[in-house]
Amino acid sequence: MSALSQKHLLGIKYIQKSDIELILQTASRFKEVLQRPIKKVPSLRDITIANLFFEDSTRTRISFELAEKRLSADTINFSASNSSVKKGETLLDTVRNILAMKVDMVVMRHSSSGAPVFLSQHIPASIVNAGDGTNEHPTQALLDAYSMTEKFGTLKGLRVLIVGDITHSRVAGSNIPLLQKMGAEVTVCGPPTLIPKHLPELGVRVETNLKKALQWCDVANVLRIQLERMDIKFVPTLREYSLFYGINRELLDSLNKQITIMHPGPINRGVELNSDVADSGQSLILQQVENGVAVRMAVMYLLAGRE
Amino acid sequence: MQPRAILTSQQFSLTIRRLCHLLIENHGDFKNSVIIGVQPRGILLSARIEKELRSITKLPNLQHGKLDITFYRDDFRQKGKPLEASETNIPFSIEGKKVILIDDVLYTGRTIRAALDAMLDFGRPENVELLVLIDRRLHRDLPIQATYVGKIIDSIAHERVKVEWEEEGLKDTVWIENV
Repeated sequence: MSALSQKHLLGIKYIQKSDIELILQTASRFKEVLQRPIKKVPSLRDITIANLFFEDSTRTRISFELAEKRLSADTINFSASNSSVKKGETLLDTVRNILAMKVDMVVMRHSSSGAPVFLSQHIPASIVNAGDGTNEHPTQALLDAYSMTEKFGTLKGLRVLIVGDITHSRVAGSNIPLLQKMGAEVTVCGPPTLIPKHLPELGVRVETNLKKALQWCDVANVLRIQLERMDIKFVPTLREYSLFYGINRELLDSLNKQITIMHPGPINRGVELNSDVADSGQSLILQQVENGVAVRMAVMYLLAGRE
Repeated sequence: MQPRAILTSQQFSLTIRRLCHLLIENHGDFKNSVIIGVQPRGILLSARIEKELRSITKLPNLQHGKLDITFYRDDFRQKGKPLEASETNIPFSIEGKKVILIDDVLYTGRTIRAALDAMLDFGRPENVELLVLIDRRLHRDLPIQATYVGKIIDSIAHERVKVEWEEEGLKDTVWIENV
């Protein structure tokens, strides 16, 4: 019998290759469920899930909520902006109070890296990390992997380029270990100020010339410039960033092959990605969003099934 | 106790042939009927039934689906039950159709209960029949019975019924053994 090796999904670095394979396999079953006339299964009807969003989110939050509803789980939603967090309640107190109302699983987004790991040491419920600070965003990496597998058949040997602000990106933080566990080759490209120094030690190639990097890859996962996480200037201006690291139609057409473009959203149109690329047939962006629901259903179903 | 064969290869093919003749008698050219195998083991039987039906008479309308019931189980989270789902593929509408659900062994009836729930998420069939190769009639937990039965056996709870198929590289045989 196959089950996940972990009780929580805190990050890709804590799970094994077999876990990733099981999640992707299960996600493909849920994707089929989502094509049915009745897009719902009763698996988690006895489970209550709390969505704790201490940081803003549209896509991820809706995706988790929809995934929970499609699994028939009961859900409660919490966002920090209209809660007692404003009155000074600590993270642990907030979560303990919610769990006292008999909640079985917690989906959490938090602006502090490591918040889900901290929580997992203090509470009995399963935790799904929906993004913590600049650390990890495991379900995003899983849905990216699912979308790439769907398109290319396998991740093994696939050349994946991650473009943009690597330092502040939890998407990169989860994508890099996942791709490496699954045998893909990873290169990152961006301004040197936004690339962590330790990456080559992890076996990740660094390339600062965007055209060379694009020429090398099969897939380019383009990240958003996260101005809200930059307390100092890492790039002189957005315009300059766009000039050196923005992807437009002209640049893609100058390559001697057709590559696939991905983006975790929200897109800064005209900065990291031009509309003539984002909305083209080469882009997987909306498929990523669609697959997100199936992947999150798989994660929550497998975590709930372990008990 | 050694495993004992309750259907040998020759009886096995006779039984399947008989079931197919019954189906043709009731469903004619299958214009308004579909067969659906229950994953994982029922699809081996449904595939064999399809093959056999087509060898008896031409059936250009015959449609065959696969249904996985993992997400509909009532014993989810009870130890030892698989979490891993198999493929569901029903590439046709079941709305208003006569559905023949197919599984290899009918035991507690819980799998069929789950299969009925799963199937109804695809539409509202005109009616549903159940075909099984083996009916362990003494162990039902739910009021469910099969329309077409290959063989009824009176087994006890700690016995296990195992169906082996040529498609798996074995001989067509139904075994009963102690566990």
